Amino acid sequence: MVPTNYYLILSAILFGLGTVAFVFKRNIITIFMSIELMLNAVNLAFVAFSQAFGKVEGQVFVLFVIVVAAAEAAVGLGIIILIQRNRQSLNVEKVNLLKL
Amino acid sequence: MSPALIIFFVLAGLAVLAALSLVLQRHPIHSALSLIVVMVCLAGLYLLMGAEFVAAVQIIVYGGAIMVLFVFVIMLLNAGEEERTDFSKLAKFAGLPLALALTASIAAAVVKPELGALGATQAAIPNATAQISSMLFKEFVYPFELTSFLILVAIMGALVLAQREKK
Repeated sequence: MVPTNYYLILSAILFGLGTVAFVFKRNIITIFMSIELMLNAVNLAFVAFSQAFGKVEGQVFVLFVIVVAAAEAAVGLGIIILIQRNRQSLNVEKVNLLKL
Repeated sequence: MSPALIIFFVLAGLAVLAALSLVLQRHPIHSALSLIVVMVCLAGLYLLMGAEFVAAVQIIVYGGAIMVLFVFVIMLLNAGEEERTDFSKLAKFAGLPLALALTASIAAAVVKPELGALGATQAAIPNATAQISSMLFKEFVYPFELTSFLILVAIMGALVLAQREKK
């Protein structure tokens, strides 16, 4: 069997890469995808703990996380379409209405 | 090295490479395809852990529904290559060390020595799918019903956001 720590370290690496993509990317769709990557990393940690402690609650939480991610993707992509329609650009630097 | 460990390292390496490719690719469609590879690798890891139901949901909902939505929007908006803008000096020099520090601190926070030894893990939970279903409809029945409400609100929100304004 694979030690649980290996899964947890993989989860931390994926979360870190997701954070890097979130901060460094300029395309709003890619930024959205990096959020999905971070959610996936958290799901991996949930399932790893669920297996380590022999309880299925972790897997139930994963289902809830996936449902929330699906709802978030639907609303977020609607917002992206609106931004593209209003600004003719997907660059987040151009979305600066609230910037001082 | 046991076969499970070899499968783990292959899938984990592929997942990390694909995640790196998500960061480095400039075209959003390439990033989306990399993300699909990450999700399929994670589904394989779930299978390795004996969480068959989660693996199936991961493929169907994440790899299928959500990523198709992403690819569809990328095509619909005809998203081109990302424009690079100049980063601030702080981001240029401190960004990578800070990201590594974040990863290391998360790893240090979740990793426990007693979970590390080979064979310290328990075997896959027997009958996990049946247990998930009974738990979902007994202990977690209110959150479960709430998620259906959440999805309804999300559908309405997406419709309101994406509709054209009436002239």
